[in-house]
Amino acid sequence: MAEPEESDPMDTTVPIVEMNNISISFPGVKALDSVDFRMFPGEVHSLMGENGAGKSTLIKALTGVYKIDSGSIHLDGKPLVVTGPADAQRAGISTVYQEVNLLTNLSVAENIMLGREPRRFGVIDWRATRARAAKILRRLHLDIDPASQLNAHSLAVQQLVAIARSLDINAKVLVLDEPTSSLDADEVAELFRVIKGLKDDGVAILFVSHFLDQVYEIADRLTVLRNGALVGEYRIEEILRIELVHKMIGRDIAALDDLDSKTRAAVADADVGVPFMEAVGLGRKGSVEPFNFYINEGEVVGLAGLLGSGRTELARLLSGVDRPDGGELLVEGSPRKLRTARAALKRRIAYSSEDRKREGIIEDLTVRDNIVLALQADRGWFRRISRKRQDDLAVSYISALGIRPSNPETLVRNLSGGNQQKVLLARWLAIAPRLLILDEPTRGIDVGAKAEIQRLVSNLAEEGMSVVFISAELEEVLRLSHRIVVMRDRKKVADLENEDVTSGQVMTLIASGADA
Amino acid sequence: MMTEGSASRDSDTESRTRTLLRTATHSRLIWPILALVVLLAVNAIYSPGFLSIRVQDGHLFGSLIDILRNGAPIVLVALGMTLVIATRGIDLSVGAVVAISGAFALSIIGDAPDPNSLGVVLLAVGASLVFALILGAWNGLLVSVFGIQPFIATLILMTAGRGIAMLITEGQILTVASAPYKVIGGGYWFALPASIIIAGVLFALVAVLTRKTALGVLIESVGINPQASRLAGVGSRTIIWTVYVFSAVCAGIAGLMISSNVTAADANSAGLWIEMDAILAVVLGGTSLAGGRYSLTGTLIGAFVLQTLTTTVYSIGIAPEITLVFKALVVIAVVLLQAPRTRAGFAKIRRRQALTASPSKATVV
Amino acid sequence: MSVPTKTRLAPSEPRGSRTPGESAPGLLRYLPSQRYTSVLVTLLLLVAIFAVGSARYPGFFSGQVVLNLFIDNAFLIVLAVGMTFVILTGGIDLSVGSVVALSTMIAASLLQSGWSPPAVILTVLVVGSTLGFLVGLVIYYFDVQPFIATLAAMFLARGLCYVISTSSISIVDPFFVDMANARIPLGPGLRIAPSVIVALAVVVIAFVVLHYTRTGRTVYAIGNGGPSAMLMGLPVKRTQILVYAISGFCSAIAGVLFTFYTLSGYSLTAVGMELDAIAAVVIGGTLLTGGSGFVLGSVLGVLVLGVIQTIISFEGTLSSWWTRIVIGSLLLVFILLQKLLTPRRR
Repeated sequence: MAEPEESDPMDTTVPIVEMNNISISFPGVKALDSVDFRMFPGEVHSLMGENGAGKSTLIKALTGVYKIDSGSIHLDGKPLVVTGPADAQRAGISTVYQEVNLLTNLSVAENIMLGREPRRFGVIDWRATRARAAKILRRLHLDIDPASQLNAHSLAVQQLVAIARSLDINAKVLVLDEPTSSLDADEVAELFRVIKGLKDDGVAILFVSHFLDQVYEIADRLTVLRNGALVGEYRIEEILRIELVHKMIGRDIAALDDLDSKTRAAVADADVGVPFMEAVGLGRKGSVEPFNFYINEGEVVGLAGLLGSGRTELARLLSGVDRPDGGELLVEGSPRKLRTARAALKRRIAYSSEDRKREGIIEDLTVRDNIVLALQADRGWFRRISRKRQDDLAVSYISALGIRPSNPETLVRNLSGGNQQKVLLARWLAIAPRLLILDEPTRGIDVGAKAEIQRLVSNLAEEGMSVVFISAELEEVLRLSHRIVVMRDRKKVADLENEDVTSGQVMTLIASGADA
Repeated sequence: MMTEGSASRDSDTESRTRTLLRTATHSRLIWPILALVVLLAVNAIYSPGFLSIRVQDGHLFGSLIDILRNGAPIVLVALGMTLVIATRGIDLSVGAVVAISGAFALSIIGDAPDPNSLGVVLLAVGASLVFALILGAWNGLLVSVFGIQPFIATLILMTAGRGIAMLITEGQILTVASAPYKVIGGGYWFALPASIIIAGVLFALVAVLTRKTALGVLIESVGINPQASRLAGVGSRTIIWTVYVFSAVCAGIAGLMISSNVTAADANSAGLWIEMDAILAVVLGGTSLAGGRYSLTGTLIGAFVLQTLTTTVYSIGIAPEITLVFKALVVIAVVLLQAPRTRAGFAKIRRRQALTASPSKATVV
Repeated sequence: MSVPTKTRLAPSEPRGSRTPGESAPGLLRYLPSQRYTSVLVTLLLLVAIFAVGSARYPGFFSGQVVLNLFIDNAFLIVLAVGMTFVILTGGIDLSVGSVVALSTMIAASLLQSGWSPPAVILTVLVVGSTLGFLVGLVIYYFDVQPFIATLAAMFLARGLCYVISTSSISIVDPFFVDMANARIPLGPGLRIAPSVIVALAVVVIAFVVLHYTRTGRTVYAIGNGGPSAMLMGLPVKRTQILVYAISGFCSAIAGVLFTFYTLSGYSLTAVGMELDAIAAVVIGGTLLTGGSGFVLGSVLGVLVLGVIQTIISFEGTLSSWWTRIVIGSLLLVFILLQKLLTPRRR
């Protein structure tokens, strides 16, 4: 080159993967909206984004699990047409999924060679199979017996075996989806050693992880997605963590202006005695590390943190949905064991799941049935709530929350996401909860409904209800909460009085603050 | 009327007529009703006296009455099966329970000094139903507490249960003459066969119970989305347990009816294949095997479709055993029609038709 | 760039996802022979029951009693082999008993109308395999749960029996009679029936297929995790249909062996035999959820059932219908053991 100007090698080499204008829609959702994405040989590329950002959709488009509606995918300069994961593998794109897609009851050698075992006289030649597996394992410097059963090994080794499998297919592109989510620090180091080796061999590695530390340790470049759209592509040196977090979760807050900030100060100086609920050293292995937590009557506590930071897990421990394996829970000062959601509901503690479809609505029942469900369940099947009372409840919540359509006999499946969410809220409100835990109540619903739900939360708190509010949207948490608990890497890292907390401060905490 | 849809629409007549209209056009029930009408019509053509009902000795007689009477055990078993299926389960053991309860009742009556004593018969009936209840509780325990897949859990009783029935009858076919016992399956109350009245009363009882308590809606809720129901605090364990107990009790009554009708208990053939009839009646009635929303009325119609089919086969002169093939084919057809893939296919066709239809409408305007 | 400072506790049980480390409980995972332990348990059980029988009844402890186990249960061994394939994929086949009955009916009626034995046997095998294949298609293409599809097939096959005849048809064909009576001497006073050789041949072939072919390994892979196997690029769909065809084929062979044994065809024969086959497979150590188990274990399972039956017949005072109850209870115990020993998957 004539110009001695220092140029990014990425600009001169041909990308191994080039995805242009990729769009994918599912019924009612635009999962990806003209997203561009590229990867170069010999780089570790990180795909970043919150829930619903479209990360997994993009990966599945690349690996042939989903069909793209529009756009183009090129591999090595040639258009890539794949009809499924097997096809993608043959083309040179291998994926190691979050749930390690291996077969734990089979041997290590088999997991590496399954479907490609060398054969002699029509039957599998086990000796050759093991020998070939051993060769690949050596390339990864992994000293394990290929004949041993996979589940005799640690998760990290299993991850590496999954990678070994993809190496045997001569992968040009290796997709690692949350490979470290269940590994400890030593195991992560082992994995990274292997990744670096592969990178030196010219393999392009797509590394997806919730752990910012790990991304900053291993990635060369990253692509940020938000709400199914591309935010940008950055070299790791040119983006600070705080900027990254901002790009991942920053949103416009235009529609929420009418909710003023007076709500948060409301009970700040009120004289509070015993907290309504208090958790001491509550935790569950592999889900969330032991934490202390309290919430007063009429208080809104926001849980901030990235996806996978343990915010949902914490909520589930508080509400009896998951059982803790250590620590103590006190309700109004006395220790209580909440073994089931039912037990928690008896104490007027309700948990509204982030997974509206799977853990929330009963889609083939009517709005009325859905609204009275928790109340009815609480009373037991024998003491049916009279039809008149059901109608009254349904009608009053439909008008109070503005549920559309307003006919209580509509099946919930026919409602929009926002209205389904309101029906769920009505279900919990109908039991007059003392503590309401809302996990992402505003995700995937339109701005108007979002503002209504936020207003409702602050009104409820004013009436004395305690609310734990979980949201990926920081502005929302800041706006509503009296106190903010920050989660990172399955740990509670901060508990802030929301007096003059700025989103920058919280983001710094979320991003671990190392370079803020 | 749909049981769950019309729940306590007690007040004004206007809404009642609206409900009637809606249920009449309800697509789920229209097909079984149509099938029933067609079958009845075929019979009426083949045997002209088919639809006539005559009174003899103060009792009603006629082919229609026969269908109702012979269909009563299926109605009962299908009733229990409906609720089990609504919770995403299945009860394969009903046939065995039929055999056990009949055998148990007859063995008690047979061992008694006076088989014709009403007290003995009542005791036998009561004991059999308690036995059935225990068997149902056993199924419920395996499914709801131990978490064994329903078909495996009930398969165990389905086959082992015949062994229990054999133990009770000591491998014989028990034949016992007992006038009071004979009433259950072969007697008359108020001019009608007692079995019809028993089945009718039980049906009404269940219909009222599921509507007037919250059982119906909670069963549906568990069947549609067990996970969400758990989070809403629904005690699904109790509910699942209840439906298996109920199913076994229904099968137990059916067993009494069948053994009473033939005054014999045959551990091998009593209630043989009745689980298929019951499942078939349920799916014909529009309840999906995937659980969730159910229709007791649909099941009732489904059961009568089956019984009429059996009668038709007799009257046309085909060997009655062959109905099993028909039924199996119908089961397969209904299962395939209910399959998600078929539904998706139909939806696509409907959409395409809608697409082709709309432009022509546009030109009219 | 920051240096990672945090060290997390090693989570042994992450929520929500099925993680491989969970499938071996406690210390068991470090035992090298863990995959064989369930088979060993069955073997021990077999030996124990046999020992009890030998201690209680004179004449029980003899080579011929052991060989009779094979002779009397040759058809069940074949049936269990087919069922093993299905259960290894995590499916179930409730139709096997009815298909056995249908096979006996087809064989008996065709022989009665003068067909030659080879043609008869071929027809039976074709019918059985076709039925199984169709069931597989229904399960895969329409996404119907295996138990429902095979339950329908069970009713259908039983109905077809009735179509052929409602009464028992006895078989007088010389070949079949010879097969029923022939005994191959193995040593002094020890003889086996030809059926046993057929059954053992089926076992050997099944063993080779399951352990030495890609198809066989795919069967295990599906049971370990269908989606995983799919993501690994294995021919999941084809194999899934195939196992039901194999099960139908095995049921047909079992049907033929059963006619060698009973020399008749009868619509109501083999009622509830599906439970025997399932019980044999489960007792033999194959997980009902699929993915783990051995065809040889299923053979042991059949032998366990056989020994129990022998004991009940030696006992004399115990009525034969106890067999059903004992088999049911044993199946239940093993299912509960499986539940206890394999941690829950979410």
